[in-house]
Amino acid sequence: MARPDGAPADQTPAEGDAARVPAQDSADDGILLAGVHLLLDPAGALYWPEERLLVVADLHLEKGSAFAARGVPLPPYDSRATLALLERIAARWQPRAIVALGDSFHDRGAAARLGSDERASLAALGRGREMIWIAGNHDPDPAPELGGNHLDLLRLGPLTLRHEPAPGFVRGEIVGHFHPVARLVQRGRSLRRRCFATDGSRLVMPALGAYAGGLNIRDAALAGLFVRDYAAHLVGAARTYRIAHHACLPDRAG
Amino acid sequence: MDSVPDDLLPEPFRRWFAGRGWAPRAHQLALLAKARAGRSTLLIAPTGAGKTLAGFLPTLVELAGRPKPRNSARPPGLHTLYISPLKALAVDVARNLERPAAEMALPIRIETRTGDTPAARRQRQRRDPPDILLTTPEQIALLLASADAEHLFADLKRIVLDELHALAGSKRGDLLALGLARLRRLAPAAQTVGLSATVADPDTLRRWLVPQDGKGAMGDMVVAEAGAAPDLSMLESVAHVPWAGHTARHALAEIYGLIAANTTTLVFVNTRMQAELLFQELWRINDANLPIALHHGSLDVAQRRKVEAAMGEGRLKGVVCTSSLDLGIDWGAVDLVINVGAPKGSSRLMQRIGRANHRLDEPSRAVLVPANRFEVLECRAALEAVRAGAQDGAVIRTGALDVLAQHVLGMACAAPFAADELFAEVTSSEPYADLSRADFDDVIDFVATGGYALRAYERFARIRRMKDGRWRVANPQVAQQYRLNVGTIVEATMLKVRLAGAKSRYGGRVLGEVEEYFAEQLSPGDTFVFAGEVLEFLTIVENEVRAARTSATEPKVPSYEGGKFPLSTFLAAGVRALLATPARWPALPGQVHEWLDLQRRRSRLPGREDLLVETFPRGGRHYLVAYPFEGRLAHRTLGMLLTRRLDRAGLHPLGFMANDYALAIYGLSDLSAAVGGGRLSLDGLFDADMLGDDLEAWLAETSLMKRTFRQCAVIAGLIERRFPGKEKNSRQVTMSTDLVYDVLRRHEPGHLLLRAARADAATGLLDIRRLSDMLTRIRGRIDHVALPRVSPLAVPVMLEIGREMVAGAANEALLAEAEDELIREAMNGAA
Repeated sequence: MARPDGAPADQTPAEGDAARVPAQDSADDGILLAGVHLLLDPAGALYWPEERLLVVADLHLEKGSAFAARGVPLPPYDSRATLALLERIAARWQPRAIVALGDSFHDRGAAARLGSDERASLAALGRGREMIWIAGNHDPDPAPELGGNHLDLLRLGPLTLRHEPAPGFVRGEIVGHFHPVARLVQRGRSLRRRCFATDGSRLVMPALGAYAGGLNIRDAALAGLFVRDYAAHLVGAARTYRIAHHACLPDRAG
Repeated sequence: MDSVPDDLLPEPFRRWFAGRGWAPRAHQLALLAKARAGRSTLLIAPTGAGKTLAGFLPTLVELAGRPKPRNSARPPGLHTLYISPLKALAVDVARNLERPAAEMALPIRIETRTGDTPAARRQRQRRDPPDILLTTPEQIALLLASADAEHLFADLKRIVLDELHALAGSKRGDLLALGLARLRRLAPAAQTVGLSATVADPDTLRRWLVPQDGKGAMGDMVVAEAGAAPDLSMLESVAHVPWAGHTARHALAEIYGLIAANTTTLVFVNTRMQAELLFQELWRINDANLPIALHHGSLDVAQRRKVEAAMGEGRLKGVVCTSSLDLGIDWGAVDLVINVGAPKGSSRLMQRIGRANHRLDEPSRAVLVPANRFEVLECRAALEAVRAGAQDGAVIRTGALDVLAQHVLGMACAAPFAADELFAEVTSSEPYADLSRADFDDVIDFVATGGYALRAYERFARIRRMKDGRWRVANPQVAQQYRLNVGTIVEATMLKVRLAGAKSRYGGRVLGEVEEYFAEQLSPGDTFVFAGEVLEFLTIVENEVRAARTSATEPKVPSYEGGKFPLSTFLAAGVRALLATPARWPALPGQVHEWLDLQRRRSRLPGREDLLVETFPRGGRHYLVAYPFEGRLAHRTLGMLLTRRLDRAGLHPLGFMANDYALAIYGLSDLSAAVGGGRLSLDGLFDADMLGDDLEAWLAETSLMKRTFRQCAVIAGLIERRFPGKEKNSRQVTMSTDLVYDVLRRHEPGHLLLRAARADAATGLLDIRRLSDMLTRIRGRIDHVALPRVSPLAVPVMLEIGREMVAGAANEALLAEAEDELIREAMNGAA
């Protein structure tokens, strides 16, 4: 898209639409994390082929209604947009299990506010496969009525999947929580995209929620998670783009 | 004027006028007579005609003759309300009123109320109002949304609306019109006086002043005698007139000479960037050390006030300024106005000319300095328009729905309302006279629960229906949110520009502010012009841009925020007429005359009504240049849509350039051959159906539309306004607005706020209405010529710097390019 006026082309690609889940199966951008081969889905999900495991992070379901309760009635369609996207990703990979890496619900009351359509979506997602809800800081308590397994963290082979990173150096950890985005300026045009961030030891997932904002990967909170040079894998229309962290620009330094 | 009827102007006033050696002017007396007859009136008067005094005389006369209140009686309430678009103007007018009031010892209390008024005084003003209150539209909205509005305005006799032409037709005007409708309900007997510069359509303003009843009721009108005709000329530079560009560097010495030869000169330019550059260039040749200053909206407020103060004291020879000085308080000493660049509209030009010489009997002097050849044509058309007193036509628009939503919430904060009554009140205002009941009901629904088809938020409603059917606010926090959100001005997020200190990168002083989206596109090491210096961008820290002085003379990043005002339709028609009439060319500078002659021989001239389209090859690429003369904004939208179509037709467009006059698209396919061989129909390419699906597809992704939506969402109260320190990071809010836009557009494309944003896009950043008018006009009238090489008329647009890349795949291509570059870098490093 052209940016005729100097404004940042501040788009995440339209959530949920074909734009984010391309028809052609070109999204096989692979990475190695602690020796495990993982695939990055350009919609912002992670697939572990050996385990047939799909990982998503930070759905923030019912964030819209949480704002409405505070007198800011954002459009009430965020949950269905997020779930529709998740359904399409799941349809593509046909995983044995789906892991939601925490902050799946925007607040403690969120599960109770889900509409009937959204409940039906969740039920359909869990049919014939295992749903694993990892606890996050926004949703520390399980919502048993939604089914699935509720865990604080999941250890599988050499990898640990949890919402927030463990302190210190850890090899083989997949976390959410930070909503990483990367910013580039290319030919005078500013591009800002959600991204995966990884140094090969630790991987931070992008947020999948329709209303989830972002934190720049140059932010100290993110940079501090990596011991080595790390790279951003920016989500694109049909593939992800790997950009070294030092080539990405900060939003705000200091 | 000697025989003033005694009863119109009482003795103390006659003596006061005489004491100053003045006589009351005819229009001042006419307004007194209108006031006596109880008529609401529009006064049209040029600057310097004593417009403000005319507006206040009836109030002063009435208050002077008011019987002294007995001690037991309730103190008299507010008598006259004055509303101005500028805070500074309200303060200045108050000062100017104090003088006659003091000199005639009139027992009148005059006070201002602005965002700067201390809270204690604001509270006191509600309890014990002055006789005359001078304020702004936002303060009126706040006063009307309070429970004591009824009491405060019960005694109101007059409402004076200053610079009404500058408010009407904008969202701020909508807010004011709605407030006016409420004021008329609280004080049905109050008269309204509108003060305005000359406008093309005074009847719209006259309708503003009285309740609308479906039949277009109008207030009376008084037109003051025109002043002396302005002494207006175009600088016929001896030097070469450039083909393109906006700096007017070629005329620098002449501009400097004019500043030196006059007492005080205002040099108007159209953009802040131009102001910065011109200021810098003038100082480079300022051997006489003339006091020349700079004034534009991005400079630090304190610095602007300093310039204004120095100006008021007559200490400056010249001020380079933008529209930041189009309106405002009078400076008597200004004796010359220079307008650098094209004036873009005749009404703006007249306003600017009026800033010179505030005495009616002497002509204002102004010189137009065109910066390129097309601007010569535009200046010529503008000169003729001003001499004929012809104004740009007003853009027809209806009141904005997002502003109405804000007002409805405000009215609920004041007191419970019945929807039928509020609808009648709202439609009594000029901008909303044609509002449908369905739209009004949608607005109420939006205010209550967001107005979504999915009824999910009933329990979170902001306003609720009571048993008697009236609507009230759900809780006190809602009223508090309203007060924080009031107003229609949504500033672009601004970042302070701080000069890095000599020792540390963090110590220097603040130079002013830039738009966040400008700062976003800078990389460390980029240079740009700001506050009269070339600065090097270092980094952004929190909400500040850190920059360092450099020795560079040419900035690497050419501009921030291009020209804000597109060429007016009226002036565009003038330019087209001039081009189509070779008999008038001898009046143009020689170089320009030759240029047009050459175009006539090599290609063709754009007709008055036709659209000239040229196709030609150049440098391995193929070009299509069209000359719609509809302004940069409409051309940019057109460029986006045409490149989409050419792309779909397999003609591989690469990008385009647009200026106010023309649009040039370039690509890899031979467009002359495509047209000649029947593979491309220009009628089909320019068909108005591009405003259907193609436009929709573009709107889905353009950041311009997202910005427009954000403004509507903030005004309507869907998204909270940002306050310093409240948000961790303003960036997050911008992000979420875009996310909200994406979600809403996909799930409820007919939502009220998307309708409001589309209405804005029709006239605002995308200028869709103008594009649509043009496409209709040129249907079946495309004049295509295939050329062997670039035409003379095409050169200026080909030289435009801001090139746009084709929509769609461009961002993905950039990402891939960034990735490739890094890979290559890494490979080279290894080798």
